[in-house]
Amino acid sequence: MDIHEYQAKKILSGFGVTIPRGGIAYSPENAENKARELGGSKWVVKAQVHSGARGKAGGIVLCNSPLEVAQATDKLLGKKLVTNQTGPSGKIINRVYIEEATDIKKELYLGLVFDRSSESIMVVASTEGGMSVEEISKEKPETIIRSKIEVAVGMQQFQAREIAFGLGIDPKLISRMADTIIGCYRAFSELDATMVEVNPMVISNQGQILALDCKMSFDNNALFRRSQVSELRDKTQENPNEVYASDRGLNYVSLDGNIGNIINGAGLAMASMDMIKLAGGEPANFLDVGGGATPEKIVKAFKLISMDEKVKVILVNIFAGINRCDWVAEGIVQALEKIDVKVPLVIRLAGTNVEKGNKILKDSKINYIEANTLEDAANKAVKALGK
Amino acid sequence: MTVLIDKNTKILIQGFTGKMGSFHAEEMIKYGSNVVGGVTPGKGGLKHLNLPVFNTVKEAVNQTGASASILFVPPAFAADSAMEAADAGIKTCVAIVDGIPSHDMIKIKRYMRRYSRIDKMTLIGPNCAGVISPGKAMLGIMPGHIYKEGRVGIIGRSGTLGYEAAQQLKNLNIGVSTSVGIGGDPINGSSFKDILEKFEKDEETDAVLMIGEIGGPQEVAAGKFAKENMKKPVIAYIAGLTAPKGRVMGHAGAIVSAYGESAVEKVELLKECGVTISKNPSVMGETVKAALNGKTT
Repeated sequence: MDIHEYQAKKILSGFGVTIPRGGIAYSPENAENKARELGGSKWVVKAQVHSGARGKAGGIVLCNSPLEVAQATDKLLGKKLVTNQTGPSGKIINRVYIEEATDIKKELYLGLVFDRSSESIMVVASTEGGMSVEEISKEKPETIIRSKIEVAVGMQQFQAREIAFGLGIDPKLISRMADTIIGCYRAFSELDATMVEVNPMVISNQGQILALDCKMSFDNNALFRRSQVSELRDKTQENPNEVYASDRGLNYVSLDGNIGNIINGAGLAMASMDMIKLAGGEPANFLDVGGGATPEKIVKAFKLISMDEKVKVILVNIFAGINRCDWVAEGIVQALEKIDVKVPLVIRLAGTNVEKGNKILKDSKINYIEANTLEDAANKAVKALGK
Repeated sequence: MTVLIDKNTKILIQGFTGKMGSFHAEEMIKYGSNVVGGVTPGKGGLKHLNLPVFNTVKEAVNQTGASASILFVPPAFAADSAMEAADAGIKTCVAIVDGIPSHDMIKIKRYMRRYSRIDKMTLIGPNCAGVISPGKAMLGIMPGHIYKEGRVGIIGRSGTLGYEAAQQLKNLNIGVSTSVGIGGDPINGSSFKDILEKFEKDEETDAVLMIGEIGGPQEVAAGKFAKENMKKPVIAYIAGLTAPKGRVMGHAGAIVSAYGESAVEKVELLKECGVTISKNPSVMGETVKAALNGKTT
């Protein structure tokens, strides 16, 4: 789960990381008042959407008066911000963050992620802040400092100090930087995060170390024990069909193609999408109804796919094990009695009692195309597009 | 001895008296697995499915001599149960459960470092279908009858895609020595490489089919291991050609976040390691057949 920049900043500041003063606003008046409250002569209005690269997309505006703050806010609120990470439809701006402007002396990069090969937490830092970590590793790989943290004992002072010295900052700032890095590590480890990124981490002209932009993501599997994190979820930043799916226990990812999929199991779902692609089609979605493929889940899946206007053909591929094909077929028939599917439907059943399952489908009134293998199903789905 | 389990392996069910535990315990017993009892804290002393229930894994191991266990415990308590199994001397533990936090998985693995290599438990999963040695024993939730007895090893992340492979092999009259589901989570008990190592040593296995997917470094690490250490042919299919970068595709671990983690890149890297690639998921069986006959497709 992702959260907004201002939420991440608030969390990190609770772990001893210094952040610029700022406040959230939901209207131009609100924003103007916030700017006056903060005082000073320069402010930054930052669109709060779940995406990086907001600056290049016009989502971050430097203002010289409270009036300008109000005007910038007026322009941003309600607009969809399209960045190179949001996809073409963009993400809606429902709130902006008003922050005092910082005089930047030096921009640094700090990131924490799970390292899947060493199964530990990896801290990554660089002297080249402000660029994405991908850009840094491509253009200035020699500036990257990595440190693996043993999770059983946590991050040690010396490890944070090594990174701080590695960043070549003023020796007077080393201890403050080490505390900042350890604060980020503690937030990561104590809140079940999967990613913490401070980019840029800046040193101001006044010699302060500030987290100027922050991103945090959290482990969905751990939200049950992190209520203070899970309540920060902002569904307006997610694809509406994906929200509908996740609220109903379905694993769904919306894609750009036009062949809708209903499949049991994540691996089989990815494999079926691969077959569609190889057959010359494009999948409209990834949808895993769970290994068990219960009739309730199948009904929900058909409802979800019917909501997607891109879908021109639906492909159902179920490998039934302990849940036999006859039982799954009955679920499909029940689902189609409730939901009116207007596009061609290709169904492939496999596994236990496949003959019985196919017979139930044939004897029912549903209009569908039967397929026998994965390849057959994908070919028939692509062919049905042309009709 | 086949990989991990055989007909005589004594099996405990952790979370025995729950709905999932009861259902799959019965399926395993029907298949012929040697289930000797189960653990549900607070229900020790009772009988369930005509088998003894114990309060702790240690007690169960002492009284039954069990060496394997399977967890049907909710995700919030799964890490605790896995560590309890490791401490009680269980040698093979399968965690079926989907939804264990990554931080908990790291904790389990760190905890297990206290044991010497010989005493260390092999953890399979989580978020997997388990282990089956066809005709011998099943320590998992798969439909046993789709697996034919034979000499091909299978390692996979996904349950149903593994079933698809077993069925394709069966249709070609090719059997399986052992199938191991390592699960779809980013941090798992055993990796592809860990299981490849066991298959290379196994006298009952001639070739290994590896069913991977996008995300993480494990498939490529296994390819490098195969190149340097294996004589048996390795065949692989990697799912997720169409998966967009940065999105989680159902399995928590199926996310492309770095170079070498997409399906196309993994296929290229595996080819460099001499692994035979199944071009698409529909020809996994045929590709294994060709490899067994010494041909490449």
